[in-house]
Amino acid sequence: MRMPAPDATVIERRADIVEALRGIVPGEGVIVSEAERRVYESDGLTAYRQLPLVVVLPSTVEQVAAVLRYCKEIGTKVVPRGAGTSLSGGALPLADGVLLGMAKFSRILEIDYENRCAVVQPGVTNLAISKAVEHAGFYYAPDPSSQIACTIGGNVAENSGGVHCLKYGLTTNNILGIEMVLMNGEIIRLGGKHLDAENYDVLGVMTGSEGLLGVVTEVTVRILPRPTTARALLVGFPTTEDAANCVAAVIGAGIIPAGMEMMDRPAIHAAEAFVKVGYPLNVEALLIVELDGAPAEVDHLIEKVEAIARHHNATTIQPSRDETERLAFWSGRKAAFPAVGRISPDYYCMDGTIPRARLAEVLTRMRTMSEQYRLAVANVFHAGDGNLHPLILYDANKPGEVERAEAFGADILKLCVEVGGVLTGEHGVGVEKRDLMGTMFDDCDLAHQQRLKCAFDPDGLLNPGKVFPQLHRCAELGRIHVHAGRLPFPDLPRF
Amino acid sequence: MSRFAPAGLDELRDAIGEALAVEEPLEVVAGGSKRGLGRPLQLPRMLDLSRLAGIRDYQPSELVLSAGAATPIEDIDAALTDAGQMLAFEPPDLGALFDLPASVGGRRTLGGVLACNLSGPRRIKSGAARDHFLGFRGVSGRGEVFKAGGKVVKNVTGYDLCKLMAGSFGTLAALEEVTVKVLPQPEAISTVMLWGLDALAAVPILNRALASPHEVSGAVYLPAPSTAGLMSLSGSSAVAALRIEGPNPSVTFRRERLLAELGSGCEAGSLDDEASISFWRAVRDVLPLAGSGDRVIWRVSVAPSRGGELGEAIARRLDTSWYLDWAGGVVWAAIAGAEDGGAAVIRDAIRGADGRGTGHATLIKGSPELRRSVPVFEPQPPPLTALVRRIKESFDPRRILNPGRMVDGF
Repeated sequence: MRMPAPDATVIERRADIVEALRGIVPGEGVIVSEAERRVYESDGLTAYRQLPLVVVLPSTVEQVAAVLRYCKEIGTKVVPRGAGTSLSGGALPLADGVLLGMAKFSRILEIDYENRCAVVQPGVTNLAISKAVEHAGFYYAPDPSSQIACTIGGNVAENSGGVHCLKYGLTTNNILGIEMVLMNGEIIRLGGKHLDAENYDVLGVMTGSEGLLGVVTEVTVRILPRPTTARALLVGFPTTEDAANCVAAVIGAGIIPAGMEMMDRPAIHAAEAFVKVGYPLNVEALLIVELDGAPAEVDHLIEKVEAIARHHNATTIQPSRDETERLAFWSGRKAAFPAVGRISPDYYCMDGTIPRARLAEVLTRMRTMSEQYRLAVANVFHAGDGNLHPLILYDANKPGEVERAEAFGADILKLCVEVGGVLTGEHGVGVEKRDLMGTMFDDCDLAHQQRLKCAFDPDGLLNPGKVFPQLHRCAELGRIHVHAGRLPFPDLPRF
Repeated sequence: MSRFAPAGLDELRDAIGEALAVEEPLEVVAGGSKRGLGRPLQLPRMLDLSRLAGIRDYQPSELVLSAGAATPIEDIDAALTDAGQMLAFEPPDLGALFDLPASVGGRRTLGGVLACNLSGPRRIKSGAARDHFLGFRGVSGRGEVFKAGGKVVKNVTGYDLCKLMAGSFGTLAALEEVTVKVLPQPEAISTVMLWGLDALAAVPILNRALASPHEVSGAVYLPAPSTAGLMSLSGSSAVAALRIEGPNPSVTFRRERLLAELGSGCEAGSLDDEASISFWRAVRDVLPLAGSGDRVIWRVSVAPSRGGELGEAIARRLDTSWYLDWAGGVVWAAIAGAEDGGAAVIRDAIRGADGRGTGHATLIKGSPELRRSVPVFEPQPPPLTALVRRIKESFDPRRILNPGRMVDGF
């Protein structure tokens, strides 16, 4: 992975930069020693590591603005960071860049039940929002599997999803407003407690912009009343085709489950060995279908889904009888990553989305690739929305396996694009998929995205080296070629 | 005015490329049903996208539909209905509100609805047009073909330019093809009607309903009628109405629960499926304020709890007919007799007594003179205005596409 070449002149000025940052953020908010900076050297994508130039932990929006303004003045790069749980290297530091940690923004500022929203600082964890409103019967819907640790600011940057997003949406569908700071230090508020934008939907484009456009300093999230009941159905199939057809039939029948997860044989076996919840081991694919809502609705839909599953050759159909059993069904799925971690020294988690109709074909081709690369793969799959998480098993201590795992992963993502899908459903592009952007977008597509970046950050100082395979200067991107004064298109239909 | 009607992507690129070369800006139009929305334009060229129509890919079990940007909503609805699905954001038909003949009013297109980010009462539960916009291909004001998003329901690859296109009123790019998320139609619909409440009593009740687990998908308040449109919907009395949708047994259960939980302090009843469908279609299409003649129509978005007091505050100072949708989160107002169409009163009321209230008012219908002299879209603070201007310039540096449609000068 190639990152932008560090600027030696910036590194030489490190002492001055530290001094200036200490002037902005007093006390222990500036982290200089190598041992303490080591904590920040990578995020959830641990294959890539880099010590940051210096770490700064501001605690007010004014300090964030002053840090960014100062860094812009001296032409120094900035990498924003929440909890550092990104699986795509979105918070990977730069040797010549200031790491801007938002951990001190950890307060819930206001809970407004009447308007069903909460105003929180970006360093509040995803789960803490739900915990804070739980007693009143509410929750925050997006539930990425890292929700105990990941922060809402990071969720906004990555547009995080979770197992319930088919029914309840991603982060972008569940936030009402943000306060953010541009690289030039300007503080901008978008949205509030009301719906929709008054002009361009800048909030919408900020969500999922992976820390390249601005630094989020406050978030207003929607909170939802918790459904009265939830029940899950565990369904085993003799083939993945049967499971995929069953998923399509459930949706075809007009049912949008709260969650619909699939695991393949290797994932089922790894999970069952780890949590021992009684997953059937003689099946090729396992579905967990969760229905939520009024009890009458849930019972009615459970019956419908059972009938559909039987029609699609299900060999095991087990509805959860109580809350304990529902949670037990989920515990295996939720532990799938660590479970795979037990059977392999290392694993590499991928995140493509495909049209569900192509699932069986994609899994078959993945098995062929698995043989070619001599690396095993286990699949967990947000089946309802087509978001695939293949886990490639490898051993970093064996020479060449890291490279083989990366090449295998890249081939899987290219396959996702080839069948009409996309590179990433919820983990983000970051550095991980940056060099694959060309498989989905041509140069002109990417130039339009990069010009948008120029509107926010014309010097390209905020989180450079992520998302885009090539860095271009804004002046160069802005050039426009026209045939002035002539009519270059004589064949154009005119009326 | 010369009119250009490209039949495909290459011709669309050429039409914009030529306008760029001769520096003659284009008014971008598809069905033409929303030309009266936004600041009035008088441009030398019209870019008519209406030939870029037709459903190109529709896989009901994938919940995804791709179509030419100018595909009529009627065609989309027909295909979706055949498969038991729908556009869950309920694109409104504003033809009656704008007094358009059916031949024009009915020409809503998918791209037009997305470009204006128009959504109906289900906005509060299922999201706006922008939340269902998955991908597009189009030509920017640079005369270049580009695409963004994808054709699957879950995707975070690259910036979410769909959000930026939604509500940009054709000022950034001309869309050629769009992909949207579609959802199953509900099996049953019912409406709980609570009569005789004043606005300040009704809004907390609507919001209590939304805070309940009963999955309310529409929450409207119609005050004691001052218009024929209101009268035809609610009879002679004010009404707060709540929509519930889903499988039959669930709808019955939730209707009874809502009636029991909320219906004690007033006269309460319910509408069946058929009556519910036409009631919510009328709400969707802003029919309560249709036929208001020369009245100026505003849509005001605020925190739901403030809707009732805001509607009453405006009505105290101006000759106003109004109602609330989105549980008070949107105030629709028809105003007569104010020189600025009511802009100053409405925008002051949004800020509130302490000046800290958030929200925005959009001038939906007014004379061309009014729409030229009063900001149609809520004015923004200077740093945000500057950012919006830079975004416009990044897609359309020569201001070739709908210049002045949203903000004077760009």
